[in-house]
Amino acid sequence: MRERSAVRAHALVAAAALLLSATSCGAEDGRRLTVFAAASLTDVFTELAGKFEEQNPGTEVVLNFAGSSELAAQINTGAPADVFAAADTATMAQVVAGEGLDTDWAAEHGENGVVFAANTLRIAVPPDNPAEVGELADLADEDTLVALCAEEVPCGAATAAATRAAGLDIVPDTYEEDVRAVLTKVELGEVDAGLVYATDVVAAGERAIGIEFAQAAEAVNDYPVAVVSTADEPALAAAWVDLVRSGSGAEVLAAAGFEVP
Amino acid sequence: MRGRAAGARHRDRGLRVRPGRAPWILLLPAFAGAAFLVLPLAGLLVRAPWPDMARRVTEPEVLSALWLSLWTATAATVLSLLLGVPLAWLLARTEFPGRRIVRALVTVPLVVPPVVGGVALLFVLGRNGLLGQYLHAWFGIGIPFTPAAVVLAQTFVAMPFLVVGVEGALRAADRRYEEAAATLGAGRATVFARVTLPAVLPGVGAGAVLCWARALGEFGATVTFAGNFPGTTRTMPLAVYTAMQSDPEAALVLSLLLLGVSLAVLAALREKWAFVR
Repeated sequence: MRERSAVRAHALVAAAALLLSATSCGAEDGRRLTVFAAASLTDVFTELAGKFEEQNPGTEVVLNFAGSSELAAQINTGAPADVFAAADTATMAQVVAGEGLDTDWAAEHGENGVVFAANTLRIAVPPDNPAEVGELADLADEDTLVALCAEEVPCGAATAAATRAAGLDIVPDTYEEDVRAVLTKVELGEVDAGLVYATDVVAAGERAIGIEFAQAAEAVNDYPVAVVSTADEPALAAAWVDLVRSGSGAEVLAAAGFEVP
Repeated sequence: MRGRAAGARHRDRGLRVRPGRAPWILLLPAFAGAAFLVLPLAGLLVRAPWPDMARRVTEPEVLSALWLSLWTATAATVLSLLLGVPLAWLLARTEFPGRRIVRALVTVPLVVPPVVGGVALLFVLGRNGLLGQYLHAWFGIGIPFTPAAVVLAQTFVAMPFLVVGVEGALRAADRRYEEAAATLGAGRATVFARVTLPAVLPGVGAGAVLCWARALGEFGATVTFAGNFPGTTRTMPLAVYTAMQSDPEAALVLSLLLLGVSLAVLAALREKWAFVR
């Protein structure tokens, strides 16, 4: 089972360091950009890495995906990151307070990084929508089987904010440990509805339908990105952030379901 | 006794290892092994917020998780006894084609990760599962997200422990008593109820205790198949995991409570059933 212990964070740092040293001989002229990014950015950043390597021949992008808070802990214990992209502003604040950002970059772009994308909640229902869910209030119906994120995890906090804004008291049939578990229960048709992120609905393809609802605006997750103070390649790192915020970056993000400012 | 001990010493004279003194090559790893198993539990005790303990373990959420855990584990054990003892008898006392394969299959839950069991149960008994879809369409029964799902998940994971234990006891039991009863005219059912079962009762007891302990600790199959809702499906292990997401100290308190209760129950059973060793 998953454990979020310091021991594991250290093990990951060690593993990441090993990985980096192992791949270092791959780059032809030794230019290597190391990007630490939230797990929900996996598809987007992997695609952008291909673009970046095309635009900057001879450069290798090394991607490290994990939960934002895990990555923040790794950076603050000395993991070699050039860029950090988090799934919420709170984790970025941990790095700002810990290892710190690249001072030149931060002076120009922002002391707490720049927000490059946002993720909002959607109601996810199975393709046949058995309970005919149309709006958030339908989830409060006792006969509707509902899965929500546990309030202890980030998507659960967002869920609570949205339902509070709607003035609803939604009692689910199960509190799942992460947003993907909610999505899975919806995809399998074991529940009639769940609250997940817009990006999860896109990832689900035809296995689930996403329904927008007004109160989602109360629980928007901003994704900040920044150049970290430990960056070996601050210029490359800044170029990565520029790519993410460029038109082609926005295109890839939007295709994955993110909202782009 | 003294003469016997002297005799033993006499016989041992040729050995390099003197009796009464364990060789360090065994002692060292033995101590390391014991420390490895005991230290994490001791760590729980050291880090526990003792002044707060009484208040925290009597919170309604904690008590409902504990109660749910205790009764579902007991129900899973009863279900395992009802189904598992006859199954063990079938495997130990009868010959039929494919018996070895059946035995291998029913012990599969011992080796697969419990979460795999949860996935399998979901695909069979879930609302859209192989059997579950008919339960839902014909009777309006949905098993996931109910305490019944918790019991089923626990039974799936724990029953093999009982079956293996009871089958072993049956194989070790002296069959001549059964044969004698049969020659005196007892039918197979009577032989089972009056001769076989009493003879292997200690094995059944030990298997049931192991089964109960395993059911109490069940996590993977439960969270996958039954979901996680306070009072309905959030058993103690799920409560520990959920608390760990945001409040490690609460997880610590819950862990200690679960540890204490399970030790107390196992100790009480051992006192009561002297035959369980």
